[in-house]
Amino acid sequence: MPTNNMTRLDPNSQAASRGLSDLSIRNLFIIPTIAFLIIFNIFPLLYSLGYSFTDFRASTNAPAKFVGLQNYRDLLNDPFIWKNFSITAKYVLISVTGQVVVGFGLAMLLNRTIPAKGLITTLLLLPMMLSMAVVGLFWKLLYDPNFGIINYFLGLGKFEWLADPDMALWAIAIVDIWMWSPFVMLLSLAGLSAVPKHLYEAAEIDRAGNIYTFFRITLPLVAPILMIAIIFRTMEAFKTFDLAYVLSSQPTTELIAIRLYKMAFQEWQTGMSSAFAYIVLIMVVAITNIYVKYLNKVKAR
Amino acid sequence: MADITLQGINKSFGPNRALRDLDLEIKDGEFFVLLGQTGAGKTTTLRVIAGLEEPDSGKVLIDGMDATDWNAAQRDVALVLQQYSLYPRLTVRGNLEFPLKSRTQNFTPEQIRERVEKAAETLQITRLLDRKVERLSGGEMQRVSIGRAIVREPRVFLMDEPLSALDANLRDVLRVELKKLHNELGATFVFVTHDQIEAMSMGDKVGVLNKGKLVQVGTPSEIYNNPLNTFVAGSVGTPPMNLMNGTLEGGQARISEGFSLPVTAGGAAAGQPLKFGVRPEDLVLESGAPVEGRVFDVEDHGVIKILTIDVGANRLHATVSAQMKVALDDAVRFGWKADKVLLFDQKNGLNLAYA
Repeated sequence: MPTNNMTRLDPNSQAASRGLSDLSIRNLFIIPTIAFLIIFNIFPLLYSLGYSFTDFRASTNAPAKFVGLQNYRDLLNDPFIWKNFSITAKYVLISVTGQVVVGFGLAMLLNRTIPAKGLITTLLLLPMMLSMAVVGLFWKLLYDPNFGIINYFLGLGKFEWLADPDMALWAIAIVDIWMWSPFVMLLSLAGLSAVPKHLYEAAEIDRAGNIYTFFRITLPLVAPILMIAIIFRTMEAFKTFDLAYVLSSQPTTELIAIRLYKMAFQEWQTGMSSAFAYIVLIMVVAITNIYVKYLNKVKAR
Repeated sequence: MADITLQGINKSFGPNRALRDLDLEIKDGEFFVLLGQTGAGKTTTLRVIAGLEEPDSGKVLIDGMDATDWNAAQRDVALVLQQYSLYPRLTVRGNLEFPLKSRTQNFTPEQIRERVEKAAETLQITRLLDRKVERLSGGEMQRVSIGRAIVREPRVFLMDEPLSALDANLRDVLRVELKKLHNELGATFVFVTHDQIEAMSMGDKVGVLNKGKLVQVGTPSEIYNNPLNTFVAGSVGTPPMNLMNGTLEGGQARISEGFSLPVTAGGAAAGQPLKFGVRPEDLVLESGAPVEGRVFDVEDHGVIKILTIDVGANRLHATVSAQMKVALDDAVRFGWKADKVLLFDQKNGLNLAYA
């Protein structure tokens, strides 16, 4: 019986008096979720897979024609698409590295007894709670060459952060770092506080230096949870859209998500963009798998 | 090798005074055991010696030098903890190498290998060297953490209840090994325990701690035979010393609500309220002995039997040979060895022999 290992409903409870069995309560909770998943995730996923083999355009009434792998072939042969990919890779690298360095650094600073630690932690977490679009809009103001506070403080005059083709991607990455370092910090903090204090004491007794202790004790013990933070942030950074879209429209900041959006909803190449989306999906899954493999290795050690 | 002196150490954690004006002297090469209940301040004392805890006031001297402001690394001590504190994700070899490999040390790889292998041999963990520490049993882990202390060849070994997490058999084995290790290395050992059997069997000197104060320091036999007060008398020995209220009249101990028996000591204490202390093995059970009691409980330990005897309002422990046939509720007659009876002040518990 499938219900054997379920918790038995208290026969005197209200739910029981309404005639609900364990099974029907389980279904009550699960079926809406499954329905939602199927309608909004799985169905579009499969449907777009079908489109990706056609030349379908959602903007016309012309019937979709099956073109086989032509979309994929075109996309992978398009040097502009590869440009988008390399921009994205650069962006992911800058932004995730920055977040890990800043976030882990903050966690190290917070992982000691300091006054008002709770308040400081909460304040540091605030950026993470804001909406991406809002963050993009007000950083645009901060970066503004005429009245932006960043140029004012750094004494850069009228430096155009977002209009400068070389700087724009960095500027977007800086915003992402500002916004998401707290996330890495939060996870690192959890990892750091789980390192038993007696190990540090043992290391101190063993006359190990600070750096030695950090690389031999702290880092190996925090590595798994840090790895999880990196996986999350890489996936998020890989599909960044709103931040970059709001902040800059330079060709040098055209991340794959933006290219995909333009292809699908400005050029209306529905079939082509479906194929593109599938290529991105396969890449994200591949990258995540590499990380998960590595994570398991770290955990097994 | 070093001797350690603590002078007037005070240490509080919030409102708790962990150590009160603690003075302690440990000689070079001594196996010194700190014995006390949970919360008596044993571990704090050890941590103060190790430099992990800074005393609020008082001085720590190592080899006559003021080490109060030295950190743990400068003091050159090794610490073995109850919870092993092995470095995870490293092999046994990695753990043993750890103290030697730090940048501040200048050991050649050959020296490191030599020391690690010597330590492993001493502790019989050579075959485990390449194993991950997570895969070790409790006893093996504790050997490794002792090994990590040995490779350093430190001046002082500090051990915080290293055996209490092990099962009884292993504890006995490691107890003997530690003692042997101490003889071989000749270093100063400070060993913290709540187990009085460990304290008595291992220590050259035993210090009894109570509520952050050092009550008595002495050799195990001094502590056992001449406890300074009723606290020490009660904390050493299984079963503990029998303590009974009473008075002394004409060489006779008059135990309240009980019996009278002769004692040799303390003629001057006649008349004042006293506590009489006698070890269970100094009670003599024989027919024709002066006092009669009723057997309340019998514990058979194989070599000996421990009897609990009710006499009036007093409940006494006596150890007798295992051959003796005795059953619950039997009436037994007993006396005591008059020269072994200790007299304590009833109010402050002090042994009158020290007064």
